[in-house]
This record gives sequence, structure tokens and C-alpha cells, in this order.
Amino acid sequence: MDLNYSEHEENFRSEVRGFLAAELDPALAENVRLGKQLSKQDHEGWHAKLNARGWLAPNWPEEHGGAAWDAVRRHIFEEECALAHAPRVVPFGLSMLGPVLQKFGSPEQQAFWLPRILSGEDWWCQGYSEPGAGSDLASLRTTAERDGDRYIVNGQKTWTTLGQHANMIFCLVRTDRSAKQQEGISFLLIDMNSPGVEVRPIVLLDGSAEVNEVWFRDVGVPVENLVGEENKGWTCAKFLLTHERTNIAGVGFSKAGLEAVKRIARHSRSGGRPLSENPHFAARVAQAEIDLMAMATTSLRIVSRAAAGQAPGVESSMLKVQGTIIRQEINDLARRAAGVYAMPFGSEALDGSNSGLPDPVDAGPVAAQYFNNRKLSIFGGSNEIQRQIIAKSLEGPGQ
Amino acid sequence: MNFDLSQERVMLQDSLRRFLRDRHSPQMQNAAQYPPGYDAGLWSGLAELGVFAALFSEKDGGFGGLGADIAVVFEELGRAGVTAPVTETCILGGGLLSRLGDSNQKELITGIMEGSCQIALAHAEPDGRYDLSFVSARAVPQSDGIVLNGQKSVVVNAQAADFLIISAREDGAADASEGISLFLVPSGADGIVMRDFALVGGGRAAEISIENLLVSEAARLGPAGAAFPVLEEVTAAAITATCAATLGAMISAADLTRDYLATRKQFGRPIGSFQALAHRMADMMIALEQARSAVILAAGHLEASRDVRELHASAAKNLIGRTGRLIAEESIQMHGGIGMTAEYGLGHLARQIVMADHRFGDTDHHLERFIALTAA
Repeated sequence: MDLNYSEHEENFRSEVRGFLAAELDPALAENVRLGKQLSKQDHEGWHAKLNARGWLAPNWPEEHGGAAWDAVRRHIFEEECALAHAPRVVPFGLSMLGPVLQKFGSPEQQAFWLPRILSGEDWWCQGYSEPGAGSDLASLRTTAERDGDRYIVNGQKTWTTLGQHANMIFCLVRTDRSAKQQEGISFLLIDMNSPGVEVRPIVLLDGSAEVNEVWFRDVGVPVENLVGEENKGWTCAKFLLTHERTNIAGVGFSKAGLEAVKRIARHSRSGGRPLSENPHFAARVAQAEIDLMAMATTSLRIVSRAAAGQAPGVESSMLKVQGTIIRQEINDLARRAAGVYAMPFGSEALDGSNSGLPDPVDAGPVAAQYFNNRKLSIFGGSNEIQRQIIAKSLEGPGQ
Repeated sequence: MNFDLSQERVMLQDSLRRFLRDRHSPQMQNAAQYPPGYDAGLWSGLAELGVFAALFSEKDGGFGGLGADIAVVFEELGRAGVTAPVTETCILGGGLLSRLGDSNQKELITGIMEGSCQIALAHAEPDGRYDLSFVSARAVPQSDGIVLNGQKSVVVNAQAADFLIISAREDGAADASEGISLFLVPSGADGIVMRDFALVGGGRAAEISIENLLVSEAARLGPAGAAFPVLEEVTAAAITATCAATLGAMISAADLTRDYLATRKQFGRPIGSFQALAHRMADMMIALEQARSAVILAAGHLEASRDVRELHASAAKNLIGRTGRLIAEESIQMHGGIGMTAEYGLGHLARQIVMADHRFGDTDHHLERFIALTAA
């Protein structure tokens, strides 16, 4: 056992810091720090910089243009990016579809779609959930019927994150209505600009508009956009969900969030002294920090056990549950730390209609972030579903 | 012992519930919807119904004014998701006028009960957090009156208020309880600069700079330098009101969740039939009963001696802070994505519940205060 980073790894960290110092626009980093909604161009610009350096797809193999980093490097990279307030990498193409295509896609599909993910030519979104199919994803009803060399797609997807920016959507669709649940599902790539596709924004309780409903009415999709075999899409779906969960521990976000809590607590004065010196509040922060220290190592242990490019199994569900508990606790601490200055309605500042919101404790829209991040334990398979997966894996005699 | 409401309060509760059912629901509430921060039509309707008069005693021309009246009114307002500034105008403003006002100043109470007068209390300051005795704004007498200077933070209902009640220090250190005075000032007076914004939990507030505001002796509310005990008393009433309104919102959030668990089907059955969710719903109902009791204790001790009153106010604010967070977060979680949308009423209720923790001292503040009060 060696708990220290090797010289190579420390050098890598310096390299990442150097890159961030040179390439990350301070104005963009400030917007990330303040939790402002980023524009499509903000995301695309950051992706392009990472891609130019060869760092956009850390988990992809080199043959597809990935960095093929091991778990430790990915961890260092994510941590440094979060602490520098770099925009998060939009995961739909890179962390979700990319691995699916590499595993299940035809050589032609790989050659066509993967470079376009890296170059930013395509912005992907995820068409999984439906109004009646949330936790019970396999009950989805969007249909794709074969008509010559096309599928005709009808139905509705929901909670489509950043779908307003996307030109492509990967969807789970029902191709065999007579088959039971999972067995009649296929994985289909759909052009959002096709006739019959409609995107409607859903405003969330914090005032943000990052998720959407997507409607399909007689949308024609070429058969070559089927990934894997027809009616075997559930295999792709499960594979993708495991990859989605790996990144969801969010250690880097939690570290940056904890720094923010400490900063706010230094600026908030209570009884003439900074809140950071209040033993009761300090105890809450310390407890979150202790949990986070352990989780960072849990995450590293679990991720490094999986082979490069592969996702861990049931342990990824553990990371998701623990990771979201810690992130949400940190959001709660930030809200508390800001005191009355958590009350101003952040979206007025975010959408530019009221730039003069008071913020003497340098908190940013902490209440909006607290409410927005309630989603963490809901999306990507709710924490109830993750616990169910963990519990299922424990059935039968112990080892 | 008897936990039943009096017949008059049952009637008040019934008529208010019926009125709000027709007139208002959480789905309608949106921070940006009403420019003054509240629905003016609803406000006059509440006045006509006698809701505001129920918050004043007979000597002020009302027909209530006790803790139990506050609990009944605010639970109903909270259930319907109403975030109109009743606490600011009636409990804080009206409470201070009733306890400290001279006969001229008390004339405003009639306007308050009729719904034609709005008040905001400009008391808390940027460096004071939740410390009620922290006042660094200064009041300095000079030949032609008194000059006020200072900063007031997140003054709820400031923009809509006809009058501000401003606290300022005439003597003592910034956090001393002695030396604080209150002044009743028209909100448009020269020397008051407001920066107005919407609040996450509904309504509006403003940052206020007071710059060489000249007021007359007649603007002083009560004796010089002795306002703190009364501020504490009306704050206890405001805490009771906030806790009762939060309890109301918690009841509505739990109701929505219960209905959703019974009707939403996944895996071929109502999700409420899954034990993992059913037990959590049961925990919410237990928390709700605890919250009800905390509100009853705070309301029932509002007319008691200072220490007893404050102890129960702090206990209630702490308990409501904890159980409110549980119910808001669990309600959203058990709803899933739909609970996160602005369109569905739960989102508004959750914001109302959680953001109540940021008013008049949060869960931690009142835990510390409870420790101090019980150690004394």
C-alpha cells in the first residue's frame, strides 16, 4: 500500500494546473463559481480547448482519440478542474454515448460518430426517461416501427438535460410491442432536426431551464442509426447507466463546494466573529469534510479496481448514493452559511434581470444550487434504485 | 388540559381555508408574478375576511391577537402557499405599534386591519447575521431632530411598505441590548435608498441604506434606547407565525406526496406500496406531528414570561427547521423529477419551507439559543 501520489502523478497534476492557468478564461471560471447558467458557446469553447490538448475524453481508449488515463489521473484531473471552477464536461456524448458506441457500435458507426463527439460537431442529449417511465425505465412507450430502410418514431421523452442545445439524441425505443419489458427495446440515434421532433423547456423550482421534454411525431430515422441489435438495446442502456454513475460521485465538485462553504463562513459574521469560528457550524463542516476524505479514497479504490476504460459494477451504485449525500449536504451547508443572504432569488441575477443582488458574504445563488441539486439523488437512476441494485447484489449467501 | 381550538378559532380556520381554497393555491405562486411581492387582490380579501383583525387584541380594535390566533391564521396561509407579508405588516409592524406607539402612531393599526397600510421592519444588518441585539446603525440627536445612518439587510416587504420601522442605536456597543431605539418613518422619506429584489421563498425584500435621514422626536416609537425587550417579544410572535406557516406548507407537501405515492405507478404498482418509500412517508407523518406540537407550545407560551416564551420560540424554530428540511427534501425525492418543476405546487412549498429557516434565526442559531436559555 502506498497512499502517496507518485512523482509521475504529481508531475501530471502540475501539468493540469499549468493547462488550467493558461487556458481557462477567468471570467468563465467566475461564472462557474457563481453557479451561473453557461451558454452553449461557453461549453463548446471549453470542450475545444480540452480536445486540442487531447484531454477531452479521459476515459476513451487512445485508438478513438481518448487519453486512456488510469483512475488516479482521472481523479487528479477532475479534482483540479473542479477546484479551478472549470466548466463541467457535458457528459452525454463523451461519458455516455462514446463508451456505448465503442462497445456495441459497428466500425462504421464508430468511425463516423466518435470523431464528431470530440470535435463538437454533434451535441448529444439523452432520451431515456418518459413521463410514465422513470425509475421503471423498461416500461418506456416510445415506439420505433420499421418502414423499409427507416424507423418511424413516436412518443415522448422527458428530463432531457440541455436538450435545447442538442442536434442529436440517443434514445431507448420500443421496437417490439409484443415482447416483455426489456426485451423489445432498441438503442437508436436520432437527428433532432428531423421533421416531427419538438423540444419544450421545463422550468425547475430554482428558476433554471436546463431540462426539456422532447416529442416525436412520425419521425423518420435511418436503420443504420440502430446501435447493437434490434430488441437488444437494454444491454446498451444498462452499460451506459453504469458509466453515467461512475462520474456521479462528484468528488471534485464536493471539494470545490466545501471550499465555497468555508469561504462563505469566513465572510459571514455572527456575534462579531466569523461564522467559521462558531464551534457548532465548524462541527458540521468538519463532519462533511471527514466524509468527503473517505469518499475520495472509496472512489479511487473502486474506480482503479475496474480495468482501464471499463466501469465498475455494483460499486458504482454505492458511489452514486454516497456521492450525492455528500454533495447535497455541502449544498445545505452553503445555504446555512449564507444566512439571510441565501434569500435573494438567484435567477434574477442569473438571467440578468437584476444584477444588483446583495451578496456581502460572497455566496452566489446558494439557495438555487441547493434546490437544483436535489436532482442529484433523482437522476441517473434514483438513489432508491441504486440501493435496490446494491441490495439485489447481496442476495444469497455471503462470501 | 384541552388541545381543541375555541369555537371562534374553528370558525376563523374554516372561513380562511374556504377562502384560500377558492382564491389561492401553491401552483399559482411565483416569485416574479406580483410586482409588489404579493397579490394585492388577495390582500384586500384577507382584510375583508377579518384575518388581520384576528391578529390584534380588542384594545387595538381587533378580536384576537394571542398566540393561538397567530397559529390558526398562519397555518392556513402556509397550507395554501401564501407568502404575502402578513408577518411583516401585522405581527412585526402591528405588534410594535400596538406595544410602543403613541395615540397618533397607533392610528395606523386601523389601516393595517383594513388592508390599506403596509409596514416593514428594517432591523437586521449585514454583520449581525441572526443576532437580534446587533444594531450598528446610529441615531444622533441634533438641534432640529434626530439623524439616522446605517445599513439594513434583506428587509422583507420594504418596497411595498408605506412605513418603515427602523432600528438604530443611541447608546452602547453594536451588540448591546440596551441603547436600541425604533423610528416610524414614511418609506419614501429623503435619506432612504432601497435596492429591491425577489426572494427564493416568495415575496420581495430590499437592502436599505439610510443616509443622513432626519426624523423628528415624534417619529420615535417608544422610549429612547429601550426597544430591545419589545423587539424580542414581537420577534417571538413572528417566529411563531413563521413556524405555523411552515407547518401549513409541510402539511400540504406531505398531502401531495401521499397522493402521489398512491397514484404514481412504476413496476406495475403504486410506488407507495414499496416499503422503502412507505416507511419514509410514515417518518414524515411522525415528523409532522412533532412539528404540530412545537407550534402549539410556541403559540401557547407567547403570553408567558420572557424566558418561558423565548425558550419555546427557539425550540419551535429549531424543530421546524429540522422537520421542515426532512419533509421538503423527502417530498421532492419521493416525487422524483416532477417534484423539481416550477409548474407543480410542491416546488413552491419546498422553497417556502426551506427558506423559512433563513428568517428570524436558523436551526443552529435557535439550538444555541435554547442551550443558553436552559443553562440560565
